[in-house]
Amino acid sequence: MGDLVSFRDFTIKDYHGRLQKGEFSVEELVKMFLERIERVDGLIHAFLSLDSERVEKRARELQEKKPQGELPPLWGIPIAIKDNICVKDLPTTCGSKMLHNFIAPYDATVMERLKAAGALIIGKTNMDEFAMGSSTENSAFGPTRNPLDLARVPGGSSGGSAAALSALEAPLALGSDTGGSVRQPAAFCGVVGLRPTYGRVSRYGLVSFASSLDQIGSMSRKVEDCITLFEVLSGSDDRDSTCAPYPPFSRREIPPEEEITRIKVGIPKEYFSSGVDRSIVKSIEEVFHLLRKRGIECVEVSLPHTECALEAYYIVAPAEASSNLARYDGVFYGLRSEGDTLQEMYSHTRTNGFGREVKRRIILGTYALSSGYYDEYYLKGMKVRTLVRKDFEEAFQTCQLLLTPVSPCFPFLLGERTMDPYQMYLADVFTIPSAMAGIPGISINCGYHDHLPIGLQILGKPFEEGWIFGLALLIEKLLSLPSPLPHLESRKGSEQ
Amino acid sequence: MKDFYVTIGLEVHCQLLTQAKMFCRCSTDYIGKEPNTLICPVCTGLPGALPVLNRRVLELAIRTALALRCEILPQVVFHRKNYFYPDLPKGYQISQYDFPIGVRGIVEFVSGGSKKRVRIKRVHVEEDAGKLIHEGPSLPWNSSGVDFNRCGIPLVEIVTEPDLRSPEEARDYLIMLRSIVRYIGASDGNMEEGSLRCDANVSVSRDVETLGTKVEVKNMNSFRSVFRALQYEIDRQKALLEKELPILQETRHWDETRDITVAARGKEEAEDYRYFPDPDLLPFSIEPKDLEEIAKTIPELPLERKERFMVEYELPEGEAGVLVQEKEVADFFEECLKEFHKPRMLCNWMLTEVLKNLNELEINITESKISPSNLAELLKLVDKREISGTIAKGILEEMFKTGGRVKEIIARKGISFITNERELEKIVRETIEKNPQSVADYLSGKEKALHFLIGQVMKVTRGQADPELAKNLLLKELNSGE
Ligand SMILES: [Zn+2]
Repeated sequence: MGDLVSFRDFTIKDYHGRLQKGEFSVEELVKMFLERIERVDGLIHAFLSLDSERVEKRARELQEKKPQGELPPLWGIPIAIKDNICVKDLPTTCGSKMLHNFIAPYDATVMERLKAAGALIIGKTNMDEFAMGSSTENSAFGPTRNPLDLARVPGGSSGGSAAALSALEAPLALGSDTGGSVRQPAAFCGVVGLRPTYGRVSRYGLVSFASSLDQIGSMSRKVEDCITLFEVLSGSDDRDSTCAPYPPFSRREIPPEEEITRIKVGIPKEYFSSGVDRSIVKSIEEVFHLLRKRGIECVEVSLPHTECALEAYYIVAPAEASSNLARYDGVFYGLRSEGDTLQEMYSHTRTNGFGREVKRRIILGTYALSSGYYDEYYLKGMKVRTLVRKDFEEAFQTCQLLLTPVSPCFPFLLGERTMDPYQMYLADVFTIPSAMAGIPGISINCGYHDHLPIGLQILGKPFEEGWIFGLALLIEKLLSLPSPLPHLESRKGSEQ
Repeated sequence: MKDFYVTIGLEVHCQLLTQAKMFCRCSTDYIGKEPNTLICPVCTGLPGALPVLNRRVLELAIRTALALRCEILPQVVFHRKNYFYPDLPKGYQISQYDFPIGVRGIVEFVSGGSKKRVRIKRVHVEEDAGKLIHEGPSLPWNSSGVDFNRCGIPLVEIVTEPDLRSPEEARDYLIMLRSIVRYIGASDGNMEEGSLRCDANVSVSRDVETLGTKVEVKNMNSFRSVFRALQYEIDRQKALLEKELPILQETRHWDETRDITVAARGKEEAEDYRYFPDPDLLPFSIEPKDLEEIAKTIPELPLERKERFMVEYELPEGEAGVLVQEKEVADFFEECLKEFHKPRMLCNWMLTEVLKNLNELEINITESKISPSNLAELLKLVDKREISGTIAKGILEEMFKTGGRVKEIIARKGISFITNERELEKIVRETIEKNPQSVADYLSGKEKALHFLIGQVMKVTRGQADPELAKNLLLKELNSGE
């Protein structure tokens, strides 16, 4: 049996090679990860629930029925699922007291696809309540810590999934990205996170936060695995009307390296303003340097509506959320706090069930949709959204892809920004515009400052994830950084 | 006494006749089903579930809007209507707002003997809510339950302009509307079972130029209760105006048992539903080609059909109106006409005997055991005087019960018809001999006496004589004896 530490830079292909050779069984592989979780998750708190017994049983079944020849794409590979994606018979709490007792009675479309591809659901990961937050501190079940520095946040809202990958508690994970909730934690934890084009992955079974922005994202330690996972998840779904009628993504859509080195890459100047940490700018400029050496032209472009995108987002997303979260009323499922009247029951349930940030956004969104304010807020927000989309369309006239930092800052300390929501919102300033435009983007690690990782974002045209992956693979190869492996058991702090 | 001007507008909800609910695949066949047996994650608003439009809903709604002569809007947009209620599991209802399916329609109908028209403001679709249950075997004491079986069933809402002037007009419009939605197969329009629901806006004014204060009346569960509730409400408002008391803008509920409208409890401030486009359902456009296809499926509607019946079959307006009210009845009539071409006689039989039997059996014509050719066969015998009307009525009743053919029933019942004139002459003579008083009465000018004598002949023959023939023979005999 192998040692997980030696799996640091493994991809699914490597695991499959070992499984094929019989170096270890699926059950043994799953056990290695479960043991790792048992050893380190007390420090990180990436998981809200584990499905140890069933996953081991399923691993045995898979091993017994091991197919001859080629293995299904995710055969025997453990995966961690953000706790706002419904997995049949598992808790789906959304990090909220409101759903503390909710067991999903059905599988999300992506879960059906993962199961069909042979993946093993190992557990559900921590998150900001209903995906509202950028640090995973808004979880009703306590925060997750950044495995690379336990005093710091892992980002959010998919902080549990990013931390689990970073700590090698799982080789793959699902997150959800509404305004940056996959890409920002991936950057903070030194892993890979893709936000697909809006409509490329079915949302059926993803608990809605802001329906017009939510997308399920693939998360992994290497770009290669992110591609494999995305191939499994993507494709049309007749249970989600907003899912595009496109076939699943295929790696054949990724242009060969020679073609990648002939493209023009845009550098939006608004993403390198004074508000961005200088070490982050420096690290990303080094990437430009490497790319230029390979013949890639890097040109400055402008996305003038970057700043108002953030403000428009904090109208549109809460507006949709205020309606999406109305269903948590204590009547049919989830938490109920009794009252003498129906109104009291509603009021007690929602007062007790929701945390501060969720309440803040429900109030914000309710206000933005109220009669008399609708035109001034919601409608205006939607108009800004069109302008943001046009910004990108214009930029993509001249270049194939855009390169930006994921976050203007490094992972902050726990508690550092909790009292100042605006500072917290700023953490998503570079991921929100592309989410508003519905375009795809990936976050990959491009280096470290001290021990803290720096995320690089590649944005592309709608439904052109192939180009994004192409450049991401090239950059990953040029940088050849090892995937994170913090020494957590000895509590000596961390190293990359 | 000054004049009063009454203004009524109606908002009607009809359940659309689809197999599956509006946004999921659950069955809509909920009547009499155990609570919460026709539900899924979508129609109960479970976290993560998403709506997908059942295209059949759109088809039926467009058909309805076209039948009401509406303009069809090119874009289909769904909005969320946000409010809290236990029968609304998502905390919002998926409805339509500034882009209804159809606008600016017209319905023509007859009321009080003259033709009326009401303008249709809008026709839109939305999902039905669940149902609160306040008593039941599985409910703990002092608690209520929610049955989601009805939740998500498609509704079409039809809103009129305030063009109706009296409770009679409101009722007659509703009868026509129900007839139309049934003709086009959009809804069964059953008010008692709740598949057609009606709310009314009523105002009374003393000045023809200005509208009075609008009062909304709800909870009317039959055509009769709509009529009575409106009448009550108009009288109430008139009385207030006469006393120069204010009329409150409010919602009132019709109390069927007390025959009055009662002000709804609770706060009356206008609720803010915070409508916004549902981001789970992207707007889409209706192709002109699809619209044409749907338009082709609309049959001849009741009013046109009535007018055609009046011209083509020379039926009086009243009879034609009743005949076309139910499409199936009118279809049956025309089917029967193919084999028995005497429209007036057939119409009389349809409206009296056939409808009487249907009412007694509490079924509609498609559920009955009698076919158009059965009826044609029977009426042919009556027409050829092979059987009497009385006998025919008996046979018809039997046909409704057992569904046999006319000849079989006649054979089975041993009915033989006395058409032999000489045999009947003998009976007529005997009858005259036995009833000298009646004969005297008749001869002194009392017409009624003749009817009595005919009755006696029928009695002796146990109804098997042709009454027309009996009458003629009686007259011949009586007049010859003069
Ligand atoms: Zn359903």
